Parts: sequence; structure tokens; C-alpha cells
Amino acid sequence: MDTRRAPRAVIDPKVRKVGFFAPPELSQPGLPDPIPLPSSSLSPVMIPPPRHSSENLLHHARPLAPTVPGASSVSIEGSVVAGGSYGSSSELFPAPMSPASSSYSSSRFVGGGDGDYCLNGAAVASPGRGGGKAATSFPRGGFESPAAKASSVPASGLTTVSVVNDSSLGIRGREKADNGGGSALEAKDQATNSKQKKDKTTKAERRALQEAQRAAKAAAKAEGNKASGTVTSGTAKPAKAIKPPHKVDNSSVAASEKKGCDRPPEKDRKKDVPQPRMQYDDESRVEKAKRRAVVKQTEARNRVELFRHLPQYEHGSLLPDLEAKFFQLDTVHPAVYKAGLQYLSGNISGSNARCIAMLQAFQDAIRDYRVPPEKTFVRDLTAKISSYVSFLIECRPLCISMGNAIKFLKTRIAKLPLTLSESESKASLHSDIERFINEKIILADKVIVKHAVTKIRDGDVLLTYGLSSAVEMILLHAHKLGKQFRVIIVDSRPQLRGKILLRRLVEKGLSCTYTQINALSYIMHEVTRVFLGASSVLSNGTVYSGVGTACVAMIAHSFRVPVLVCCEAYKFSERVQLDSICSNELGDPEVISKVLGREDVNYLDGWANTENLQLLNLIYDATPSDYISMIVTDYGMVPPTSVPVIVREYRREQLWI
Amino acid sequence: MDFQVVVLAGGVSKKLLPLVSKEIPNALLPVANRPVISYVLELLELSNLKDLIVVVEGEDAALNVGGWISAAYADRLHVEVAAVPEDVGTAGAIRAIAHHLTAKDILVVSGDLVSDVPLGAVAATHRRHDAVVTAMLCSAPVSGPSESGSSGGKDKTKKPGRYNLIGLDPTQQFLLHIATGAEVEKDLRVQKSILRAAGEIEIRADLMDAHLYAFKRSILQEVLDQKGTFHSLKHDVLPYLVRSQLKSEALLNGVAQVEENGTEKIIAQSNQQMLSQILANASERTFHQRYALSPNGTSFRKTHKCCVYIAGSNRYCARLNSIQAYSDINRDVIGEANHLSGYSFSAQNNIIHPSAELGAKTTVGPHCMLGEGSQMGDKCSVKRSVIGRHCRIGANVKVVNSIVMNHVTIGDGCSIQGSVICSNVQLQERAVLKDCQVGAGFVVAAGSECKGEVLAKK
Repeated sequence: MDTRRAPRAVIDPKVRKVGFFAPPELSQPGLPDPIPLPSSSLSPVMIPPPRHSSENLLHHARPLAPTVPGASSVSIEGSVVAGGSYGSSSELFPAPMSPASSSYSSSRFVGGGDGDYCLNGAAVASPGRGGGKAATSFPRGGFESPAAKASSVPASGLTTVSVVNDSSLGIRGREKADNGGGSALEAKDQATNSKQKKDKTTKAERRALQEAQRAAKAAAKAEGNKASGTVTSGTAKPAKAIKPPHKVDNSSVAASEKKGCDRPPEKDRKKDVPQPRMQYDDESRVEKAKRRAVVKQTEARNRVELFRHLPQYEHGSLLPDLEAKFFQLDTVHPAVYKAGLQYLSGNISGSNARCIAMLQAFQDAIRDYRVPPEKTFVRDLTAKISSYVSFLIECRPLCISMGNAIKFLKTRIAKLPLTLSESESKASLHSDIERFINEKIILADKVIVKHAVTKIRDGDVLLTYGLSSAVEMILLHAHKLGKQFRVIIVDSRPQLRGKILLRRLVEKGLSCTYTQINALSYIMHEVTRVFLGASSVLSNGTVYSGVGTACVAMIAHSFRVPVLVCCEAYKFSERVQLDSICSNELGDPEVISKVLGREDVNYLDGWANTENLQLLNLIYDATPSDYISMIVTDYGMVPPTSVPVIVREYRREQLWI
Repeated sequence: MDFQVVVLAGGVSKKLLPLVSKEIPNALLPVANRPVISYVLELLELSNLKDLIVVVEGEDAALNVGGWISAAYADRLHVEVAAVPEDVGTAGAIRAIAHHLTAKDILVVSGDLVSDVPLGAVAATHRRHDAVVTAMLCSAPVSGPSESGSSGGKDKTKKPGRYNLIGLDPTQQFLLHIATGAEVEKDLRVQKSILRAAGEIEIRADLMDAHLYAFKRSILQEVLDQKGTFHSLKHDVLPYLVRSQLKSEALLNGVAQVEENGTEKIIAQSNQQMLSQILANASERTFHQRYALSPNGTSFRKTHKCCVYIAGSNRYCARLNSIQAYSDINRDVIGEANHLSGYSFSAQNNIIHPSAELGAKTTVGPHCMLGEGSQMGDKCSVKRSVIGRHCRIGANVKVVNSIVMNHVTIGDGCSIQGSVICSNVQLQERAVLKDCQVGAGFVVAAGSECKGEVLAKK
């Protein structure tokens, strides 16, 4: 994606023409269209842009193929990319790379990485962005991503394949499988690597035999496992697709293949795959949940069909109900209750603020916590925290940053040494939370500001959307440094949070333009950079942020304006989401039908219960990573494809353990 | 939830004479044959608040109130009754029991409140805004329905001082101005600084202060300590807090916090500052926060918040602080707000105790109540009235819009309209009372006609 933009000097405002004109690059045959013209068929948010399987890509891809000797060298390149070469380079965009090389390196990196990473690789590839695009085009280009290869190679070749592993990687993978700890990806890894490593047959044959014996068992299990989690099912599917040819030839291979994919023990799987989300169109479950609920939730009646699986309540009745119960809710700590109230009433919004408020409430709750007799500190506290969390969810669904923080806290609780006394444990948890807030949020913001400010130059016109605490800090800091720039704040109903930002920036003396999102395409002409905040960045690089962000990013992209997303790394998520439908939050539909201060346009008053009217107030949307030039995070400035690396490398090692 | 409840039950109010006495202090005045304080206690019980402090003015009154509460709520509530000297005012009452207060916030409820507003909502609003004080406001009673207006309201409507002028911010969450009764007559002064900070003040005259406050304990005690002359919560403390909300004098906890943090490193402090900034920046700031950051953004001005909770119009809320209010509340409790009375109404929309005896051709209309053991003669008619226990009512008696307490004897042919007749009163034959209050134990001579009089033993 960089290449598409690279030849164009976006930074230089002189080059840009205003008005309707065809950018010269578009007419050049050699380059892929950044926005394919027949894009009318693509609906912006949900469907990833059409892949560029056109000849253009292949042109670039083919000559490069021979230059890539092996996975090892490529993966090095990949790691360099991931490690933040963008961040270190002073130029916003690195030297132009052919699309094949850049995307290949990333996809190879994904594929050639260690075993458990492959999961992400496979899952990520499918959306057809970045690496995915390359992967889909490669089969024709002459070199294939490992997974693709497996499918195209005849089954007979594979009989030995699944077994042979002489590299350390393969051995590791097999050992894991033997231990019962292997996952779908490792098995696939073996399959993919096997081609090169055909020597050790004896051990392999034994193994094949063993697995053939287990085949029936595995097959039975497979059926049961299929239903779980979205991510795994995503990985399981390709395996399925591969299966038929094997079956014809060699049942043992098929079995091993199957087993490799589906056998991972339940225990492991439970850990990896998040609990399936509650589907709110399942009536019996909703009933059950309602019975548990502390807050009385009245389901909104007319919900948009597409979003029926998401919870939507009559917002008007929530707050009074909860308030009236103030003294009945003895189980909820007052501080947590206060945080919940503030979420519900909208006094606290924004994922950073919500996360901080929640953590501080937990701090208070832990401080006042007393272990009941005959209970253990760790277990009871975990249960307590869980009950608080479910209370908070009833007030407002958690955002991903909060989910991460909760995970952190629970891990910390679980890892408390048993030898610690109660007060010591509490003190340690208190300082842990303190540290989390300081390091992961505040310090991270400072680092982000430091990084992002380097991208602001004199004469820049910066555009931002809505209200993001990180972006605000960046702008204020740049102003403090004496940089001369202008800010365009794009806003949208119903929240109009941009106004809050506008007020503060204007107070500080920045020159601002304020506009609504409708006017975006007109104002985008003069913009040189777009800074966006995010609620989360998913591991396929998708930016999950306030609704409208995708629109801004796409328009900026079509105008070849670099889009920088500022997001603290603690908000990164292992999740993969391709659209904004499967997981989102629905706001109060009332607020979009009502226009504050405009009584004359309240045509929809009292229509909320009209049978054939459905109001949709979506809170978040997902921006495909294609439209993101760079993600500014506390680990530097990275391309969206490097998000999974950060999630894997830093999350596991530093945060959770 | 870290709340303590103080019920200010008052003593013997001069406004309610001759209905109240040492034996029957304000708190025990029967409303629909139940002491008025029981309405508050039940409201608290409903809100799961079971540890209460009831403050009563005067030792005798305290004994009576305490006796009644312990009899009625023996195993349901944990009530402590404290007696304070008379005429210390509400502020003085809190001062007197200050050493019992330990919770973070205090809910101060007036003992004469008859309401069904969920107390939790007030407390939750208080917590949510982290306010110094939250006052509950309810729509002021329109002086009774039209029927009673013709009979009872006339001479009482002149009474001034029932109005409060209340200034709210545009979001109707914060209290910007409060002026009561006498001040309103002359002129209205609004503080410029508050007006400038808030940008807009909405002055309402249709709201009534329900005398239910949530206070932050530390601040309430500090104010009471510093301002020894403050007599009443409503007239002194609340207006003071509202006035000083933008120039809070070391009242905020924040001060203490900063001092505690003083020993820590500067880095920690800047982090703390950034933290609070993120929290505050996340949503539209209240005018307090905007004001707190003076234009140059360096120095912080201390502010505190005074919030209001406005009860919904479907809620009932009234205070028994005058005789007019007394008859209004009685009428409402057996009338439109009958869910408060706790009795189940018959199909005719009235309550007649099974032990009550009715003579021939006697009618008891809707919205009436007849206490246990009362007897009525023939051809009587009772409309919109409450008749207490063990009353003996003769034949041909009309009782309209009135309250007859316990052990009252009414002779034949009496007519009672819009009146309050206290316990042990004797009405001899053919007495006609209109808009009268008859004190306990009084004897009304036969054939006397009274209109708008107060009859009590000297």
C-alpha cells in the first residue's frame, strides 16, 4: 500500500490541484489504482477493498520472485519492517518499494514465523489487505505462501510431508503436538515446512501410524470443536479445503491433517479463544442474562436487522433505574458503582478515561476488600472483580482497552505469591495498577506525543476527527514547540465530541477549522496529515474507533493524505475483525432522532416505537488497515501490519507475565 | 454505600399549633392515621437504609418519638434517637450529633417529608458528580385541587414565603442560586462570577426544596465548625455552599490530597495531573472545571459542585410544614398518592376499618378513611376526610375535607368542613365548623358556628 502512495509527493501542497481532476498516477497503467474505479460495488466499512490481483501486482511480483532465496532471509527483512523501520526513518514514507516486496516480506514474515504466530498469519491474510492481498496474488505470481502451497501440492507428495521435520522449528512443533499442546497452526506449519525436510522418515512413519490410530477419535472431536471461536474456525476452514485430495490418497495423512487442525485440547483452546460473545438475538440467552442483571435493561423494540445480535436497551430508563437502586446494591463497591454511573450517564467517555476510571475504582475496591472467612484471597478477589466487571458491562459494554486492563489485573491477582499476607497482596496490586496506568497510559501517551510531533511541520494542515486524548496532546505539544500549523476538526452528530476538542484548542490559541463530516471531501483538499485516535487496533491492523473514523481515513486515502493513527499499545487486541457488524456497540437511538436546540426538526418525536422505523446509532466502526499509513504507538511508529508483532512480543512477555 | 442517614424530626413547630403538642410532636402528627415520620422511615427502609439517626428537638418529644419508633420498628430498623435542645436549628442539630457521623456522605432527611422519590437516586446523583451537596427538588405543590381551593385555601394563599427561587445551570444538574421566602420579595441578586462561569442561569420558581440533602460529611462538618452562627441547613449552609462554589475555601478534599502528595516526586505529580486531565478531558467539562482552569491555564482555582436532583413529575413529594400542607397531604395520601399510605383501598376507593360501625343511610365517599373502632350514627356523610380511631359520631353529621383524629366525640347534626380536629375533642350538637383547627381536648359548645378560627385550650 505504501507504493501506491509513495510516488506522489503528498507533503508538498503545491503539487495538489483543487477541483475535479484525474490524478496523473491514476492514468498510468503500470501502477495499481489506489481506489479502483469500479468501487461502487464496495461498501466502505464492511467489505475489504477488492484485491489487486491485477497484472500490475504481478508485474512487480514476478521479477522479484527469484531474488527471494529462502524464508530465512525474508523473515529477517520482515522483522526489520515490523521492528519499526518506519518509525526510525525521518521520512514519512520509506523509499518506494514495489508492492510485491513490501507485502511479500510482511506475509512471509507472518508465515515463516514461529508456530503460534502462524495463526495470526493465516487469519490475517484472508481479509485481503496488506499481506493478504499479496498472498492471494502470489499463486499466480510464481511463489506461494506456505498455506497456499499445501493446497496445490498433490496429496501423494504430502504423505511424508506432515511428518518430516528436521529443523528445530519442526521438531518443536511435533513435540508440542505430542504433548497434546500443539495447535492447528503448528500442524499446518509442519505441513508447510515438510516440503523442504523430507529426510527423517522413520520417526515420521511411526508417527503417521500413531495418528492413523487416533484418526477416528480426532474426527469425532473435530465436529465438536468446530463450533468454537471465530478465529479458530477461520483457520480450520482452509484445512478443510485441503482435505479432499488427501483423503483420496492416504487416509493417514488426512487424519493427521485433520488431527493437527482440530485436536488441540479443550483446555488450550479455551485459553486462546475468547468466549463467544453473547448474541442478543438469541432470546433464551438474553432472558437468562436479564435475570442475572443488576441493572434493569429493557430491550429496545425496533432494532436494525443487521445489528440484532448486539445489545440495545432503552437508554432513557437505565440511569434512573440504576440510580434508584443505589442503596440496594450492596455487593458493588461504591467506587465501582460510581464509575458505572459515570459510564452510563456519559460523564466519562473515551477509552483511556474509562479505563483509568475503572482501574482507579478497582484500586479503591481492593483497598477496602476484606477476605471473607474460609475463602482464599486470590480466588475470592478474582470473583469479586469479575462481578464488578459484569456490573460495569451492564452499565456500558467494555471497550477493548478496558478488557486488556482487566486481563492484566486478573493475571496479577492470579500470580500473587501465596506467601504474601493480605495487606501485602493489596499493596502489591495497588502498585501494579498504579504502574499500569502510569506506564501503559500516561507514559505511552508521552511517547506517542514525542513520536508524532516529529511528523508535524510548519505549514501543515492537520485534520482530526472527533475527540482523542492522544491527538489533543500531540496538537498541544506541537503548538508549544512553536510549530506553525492549522487544525481542521471534523465532527459528527450526535455526540459532537469534536466541539470539546475545539474549545480547548481555540482556548490555547491554535488556529482551527471546525466542520461536520458531510463536508469532509471538500476540506480534504487542503489537508496534509490526518491524525486519528483509536479505541483499539486489532491484530489484522484494523483500527477500531469511533464511528466515522473509517470514512475519514478512506477519504484521506483517496486524496493521498497520510493517515496516522495514535493508539497506545495497551489497546491493541489479539482479535481479528473484518467488519464493524459482528462486534460493535449500539448507542441510544433517541439521540440521533433528536436534534438539540432544533425543536423545529424533531419530526421523529415519539416515533421510536413505530413498527416500520428502525434507528441505528452505531458507536464504533472498523477501518481496514489499507487506509492507515502508520500507527503511532508507544513502541514507535509502525505500519498496521506490525500490530500483531507488538501484540505478541510485548503483551505476552511484559504485560501479562 | 458509605452513606449515613440523619432524620431531622424537629420538635414542636409553632407553625403547626394547635395541632402539635409535647405529647404529639411534629413527627408523630398522624397522616392518614399514621405518624408522619413513619412515611420517611418506610421510604428509608424501602431504600435499604436501616441504620438511622433520628434527631428530635426537646427531651420530651424525643422520648415520645423514640418510644413510638421502638414500638413500631423494633426489629426492622436500627434507629438511634438523639435529643437536642430546642431552637438549635437544623444546623445545630447536625452539630450536636457530629461525633456520630463517620461515613463519607450524609443524607439529611426532614422528618416531615412525605414522598416516594427513590432516595437512592439522590445519593447516586451526589456520588456521580462527586458533589459537596445535592439537594432534592420537587415541583412545588399547586395550592390544592380546585375543590379545596374554594373551601380551605382562601385565607392561606396570602401567606408569603412558600416560594423558592432556584437557579439551575442549563443541564439542570447544578445549583447556581437559591433564595427563599423573604429574600424573594425584595429583589433577586445573582452572583456575577457564577453567571459568567455557567453562561446561563435558569431561574425557577416552580420548584420546592424538599429538604432532603446529601452532604459530603467532611465539608459539612467543616462549614458547621467554622461558621458558628449558621442556624439552618436550608437558609444558611446550603446558600453558603452555593455561593462559594467557585471560590471554595480550602473545602475540597483536593487540598488535602495535594498536601499528601507533596512528599512524592515531581514526576508522580505531573503524572497525576495528566491523569486527571485525561479523565476530565474525556467529556464536556462542567463549568466548574472550566472555571477551575483560569485562562492562562496555570493556577487552579478551587471549586466544588452543588448538585440538584429534580424529582420526576410522577413522584409525590410534600412537606408537612404548615396546617395547609397538613390537610393537603392527608387528602393526597388517601387520594391521588394512596400508594404511600400502605393501606389497601376498597372498591369504593376508601378504607373503612372492619371494626368501624356505620349507622343506617350513612355514606362514606371515595378518598375517605375510617379508623378502627369508630362509630357513626345514621344519615351521616363523609367525603374526602380522614377519621381516626375510636371516634363517636352522632347522627346527621357531615364531614367534608376534614381530618378528625382519635377519640373525638361529635354530636348530632354537626357539620365539619375543611377543618382539623385533634384528639379528644368534643363537639356538641349542631356545631358548625368551617376551616377551623381545634386543639386537643377542646370542647366546642353546642350550636356554635366557627369559620376560619383556631380553637384551642388556653
